[in-house]
Amino acid sequence: MRNPYAPIPMRVVRNRLETEDGGIRTLTLSFVDSSEEFAFEPGQFAQLSLLGVGEAPFGIASSPMEPRLLDFTISRAGLVTTELHHLEQGETVGLRGPLGNGYPLEDLRGRSVLVVGGGFGFSTLRAFTEYALHPGNRQAFDGLTVVYGARSPGLLLYREELAEWGKRDDIRLHVTVDKPDDSWRGPVGTVPALVRGLEMPRDAAVIVCGPPAMIRHTLPVLAGLGVSPDRIHLSLEMKMKCGIGKCGRCNIGRAYVCTDGPVFSLASLEALPGEH
Amino acid sequence: MNAIPGRQVPRLLDALLGGHVVFAPVRHGRIVAFEPIASGSDAVLGCSNSTVSPRHVLLPRMETLLTSCSGDAYARECTCPDSPVVLFGSRPCDARALTLLDRILSGGANRDVYYQRRRDLLTIVSIGCARPLETCFCTAMGGGPFSTDGSDILLEECEGSFLVHVVTERGRALASKLGVCDAGRRPGGATAAAEEETGHPAAPTGIDPGMLKGSLDASFDDPVWRAISERCIGCGICSYVCPSCHCFDIVDEEAGGSACRKRVWDSCQFASFTEQASGFNPRPTGASRYRQRIMHKFSYCIDDYGMAGCVGCGRCVTECPVNLDIREVLKAFAARGAL
Repeated sequence: MRNPYAPIPMRVVRNRLETEDGGIRTLTLSFVDSSEEFAFEPGQFAQLSLLGVGEAPFGIASSPMEPRLLDFTISRAGLVTTELHHLEQGETVGLRGPLGNGYPLEDLRGRSVLVVGGGFGFSTLRAFTEYALHPGNRQAFDGLTVVYGARSPGLLLYREELAEWGKRDDIRLHVTVDKPDDSWRGPVGTVPALVRGLEMPRDAAVIVCGPPAMIRHTLPVLAGLGVSPDRIHLSLEMKMKCGIGKCGRCNIGRAYVCTDGPVFSLASLEALPGEH
Repeated sequence: MNAIPGRQVPRLLDALLGGHVVFAPVRHGRIVAFEPIASGSDAVLGCSNSTVSPRHVLLPRMETLLTSCSGDAYARECTCPDSPVVLFGSRPCDARALTLLDRILSGGANRDVYYQRRRDLLTIVSIGCARPLETCFCTAMGGGPFSTDGSDILLEECEGSFLVHVVTERGRALASKLGVCDAGRRPGGATAAAEEETGHPAAPTGIDPGMLKGSLDASFDDPVWRAISERCIGCGICSYVCPSCHCFDIVDEEAGGSACRKRVWDSCQFASFTEQASGFNPRPTGASRYRQRIMHKFSYCIDDYGMAGCVGCGRCVTECPVNLDIREVLKAFAARGAL
């Protein structure tokens, strides 16, 4: 019987700073035991842990097409995230996963997909975008549009990837900031304002992850663009412990965010209590 | 022999102690709790519901999941002792509650191995309730004073003896070890017949679980939750004495070069249960937390596991320091549904 609480040992391959305020870093991890089987889908998450310090859930930020190297983007908020920030190359960390449902690839295939992300919430959206841009997958989707915003240019994640995506002609990339600096040449303003100006096919699907205020203001814009609630998919955050539907704290009504989510369609979310 | 004379029970427990760990009700002043006994005479079987439920036999208040000592490269998994365990003298409500824990912890894609190891070693011998307490409402929750759900053997008190009702194969194996056999009659036969005439003490009127669920599902945003929960001080004792509550926290500790990860009981009545690292709390008020307790037990559990998260043991009624009586809350909602 496999023990779902026993972590897989992982080795830190890289620990890179993402934001200029020092608050967000991305860890790249490899499996200590290279025979470890690990397959996941974009949108799934994992629990990272340091025994004696604690455990916390993070979305898998890298593409499932590179399943031997996993990226986790970590915002420093408490004890566990602070210790994770301090990990150096070669050190080990525990991982439990993959957990949760991931983005509904079956519903997204064949459609134009709009990816809407804000700030730190962009991690699993990056996993999806990298997945969709993979040569073996790109033709499975119609148009691919990414809207990503942060408060300032220095708080944007994944700047190398954004630059790469910007050079391609099979993805429309819109990166916006609330407060530009002198070097900023891109759009200025909020994510919902930018989404409002997009032209979308009526059968497009949308995946959304970001701060609550961004989501709150983006949903009416999507409704205005004619996207139906069953084609809007949101990735939610909730305090979690077990990650496997046992410990009882991450529920929204009858649904557990850790096992039924973290991705919910807006339609299914509207049928649940507003406790999120 | 299909009945055990009451005075022989300690001797029978002593015989069990040869090859089993035996959890039985033990008295400490006002408190009666299930503990491993050292002698058959330690067990107190005359009392009705114990003060705290026996769920810790399967889900301990605290257990270590993983450890590491200095020098260990990785965490070691903890195992529990592998001797067979008998839970003796549990009441039918408590045995029934363990069937809910089974659905949650043994069920689903990720079986909880720590729970399952204990479960595989456990045999449950319950005692039917000839004299339910004034606070009992098991029948309203689909059980009953002689329900066999979850028990491997159900004993029925009858004129100073305990009639043996074998419920499962595991129960049959234990009965044969003890040299007793199945009495074969329906548990609670004579008692139940008498109750049908006089009105069941464990079946308060006015709580119809179907009506209740419909009413609760329609009342999530109702301001009445605030009025109901105003008295609640959020102490969480209702969760700690409950046989069906199962929510837990996972915490890490480190001292003197060794580290461990533990599982400990938790309660949805505490703000920290859902408060996120950012400070955001989806259940920020006492009212929202009390509502979660009621909705989880009487709506979500039914949706997710096919049974309510309450077996009507009445402990939360007895132990609540502000006399918040769950039966009154349930009756009020069930009555709204009927309107």
